[in-house]
Amino acid sequence: MAHTSTKVLLMAALMATAACTKKPPKDLPPPPPTTGDQGPSSGMDTGGATSTTVPGSAADFKDKVGSDTVLFATDSYDLDGESRAILDRQIQWLQQYPNVRVTIEGHCDERGTREYNLALGDRRANSAKNYLASRGVAASRISVISYGKERPAAMGSDEGAWAQNRRAVTVVIEGAR
Amino acid sequence: MRLKRLFCVIAALGAGTAAHAQDAPPASTAAPAPAEGQRLRVDITGGISSPMPIAVPSMPTPAIASTAAGDTAALGTRVAEVITNDLKNSGLFNPMGPAASGTVSFGQVTAPEFGRWTSTGVQALVQGFVQANGDGTITVGCYLYDVFAQSELTRQGFVVQPAAWRRAAHKCADTVYTRLTGEGPYFDSRVVYVAESGPKNNRNKRMAIMDQDGANHRFLTNGRSIVLTPRFAPNQQTITFMSFENDRPRVYVYNVGTGAKRLVVDQPNLTFAPRFSPDGRFILFSMAVAGNTDIYRVPAGGGSPQRLTTSPGIDTGGSYSPDGSKIVFESDRSGGQQLYVMNADGSNQQRISFGGGRYATPVWSPRGDLIAYTKIGGGFAVGVMRPDGGGEKILTKGWQDEGPSWSPNGRVIMFFRTGQGSGKADLWSVDLTGVNERRVPTPLDGSDPAWGPLLP
Repeated sequence: MAHTSTKVLLMAALMATAACTKKPPKDLPPPPPTTGDQGPSSGMDTGGATSTTVPGSAADFKDKVGSDTVLFATDSYDLDGESRAILDRQIQWLQQYPNVRVTIEGHCDERGTREYNLALGDRRANSAKNYLASRGVAASRISVISYGKERPAAMGSDEGAWAQNRRAVTVVIEGAR
Repeated sequence: MRLKRLFCVIAALGAGTAAHAQDAPPASTAAPAPAEGQRLRVDITGGISSPMPIAVPSMPTPAIASTAAGDTAALGTRVAEVITNDLKNSGLFNPMGPAASGTVSFGQVTAPEFGRWTSTGVQALVQGFVQANGDGTITVGCYLYDVFAQSELTRQGFVVQPAAWRRAAHKCADTVYTRLTGEGPYFDSRVVYVAESGPKNNRNKRMAIMDQDGANHRFLTNGRSIVLTPRFAPNQQTITFMSFENDRPRVYVYNVGTGAKRLVVDQPNLTFAPRFSPDGRFILFSMAVAGNTDIYRVPAGGGSPQRLTTSPGIDTGGSYSPDGSKIVFESDRSGGQQLYVMNADGSNQQRISFGGGRYATPVWSPRGDLIAYTKIGGGFAVGVMRPDGGGEKILTKGWQDEGPSWSPNGRVIMFFRTGQGSGKADLWSVDLTGVNERRVPTPLDGSDPAWGPLLP
């Protein structure tokens, strides 16, 4: 499968660059930290896998899962079929890397009042979390945070932008072993 | 009308300045008592009345002296300017400020030259003086005259540290305003709010404080974390607010004097929407536990939260009645956001909003007579209703007008207005009658205003 060949490629790369060691390292080095931004993610590009993507990393999550975001209808926190399919892929990945922890962010569009939207974002994050937990991902691996309407992904004031902003985003916490 | 002969010492704010009261010295010789018959009043009860023309000339000084805030002659003009702005921004007065009115002599302050003012068309006249006292303080005298009746309506004197000269001006403006409108005072007050800047998807938010006229503006947080919904404690020594610092959105209390802050509820859950009780003993807040948000209260100094709502809906945004006995809040337990009133202990929760649409962010007027809210339906608008839910009236028109907050006299509502597309928010205010909708100028954009109580 793609996984194995990636691992082999990576090992080979390490062997080539680790000038003084004759054996491959026992443990993979920790994945490189994400950029300094501590804020929420706004979605991801579906780039192709690169030979230096570390398995179990946030970059690997993006590569393998394809989407870190599920969307919601107005005022709703229900997961539709497409959302479940995305979460199912997240679950598969999370089951392969049982030590990885994630934060699920809940977001709203700008058409709600400030405090209600914090609560609604929390509902959305928990909705995704509960789905993951119901399918075997330990709840202790999943933290939630709500951003209400504070961090939109799309900047417009139209139906298209609002739809993109009503979302729950799964963020891999880097540095966890 | 009985003359007021009352000297009032304003406690200076800020660390290190002791506040002390002084016995009121007797007033000097009186001006003639005003006529009992025709009371000069601004008509505020009807529809839109024309603003009352009123003159506010520069305030002279008996002897020019320099103070920490400039010399007393210059202060006299600045005080008159602050009063002029306060009266003008209330929407109920059409003041002729010091630039248009000119100056008066010190002797004329207690013996006005009424003929000079009658010809200008003003109905009332505000005169006063600024005097440096031997102990480093200044006295601001404030006299209000009925120009037609040629009589004094009221007088007050204020002793302050020079750095607090604006407060004396606001107190004088409040004296004039209350005497002529019959409303309570509100000019000597402050607003805490969130100053905003940056792009729509990465807004920088800083807690900030300012006088209600925008002066003495100061940032209280550095913008590294999102801060939301700050509200004063009744004694204004602390502010409760919500911060996303350390990626843990929770409620804190900020000490205005020291700048230190303290976590209110040390729990991992999301806590937000905090408000003090009118007696300052409790902080009401919302907490989201496993996807369900309810309202709690906790002793202001810390302790165990007491849960007040239990519905599976989102219950949030509690605001106390001024007597502390009841709380109005919003809940979507019936399917969409509506307003509910309950006792302060959480009992007897009753829905009060039954008009079409949805209702959010309720705040109880300090006068107790009305609840302001955000009405949701084809955009947001600010409205008021009686605590029984009747008498609904929409006061504003904007794309998104949200988050009302009451002036200390329950007469003016401040809110924030967000621009469609840009997402830029600004502070605005509107009179209870729906008139005088005006932008409140801030150095950056602004949202989440909370108007503090009258300063003592």
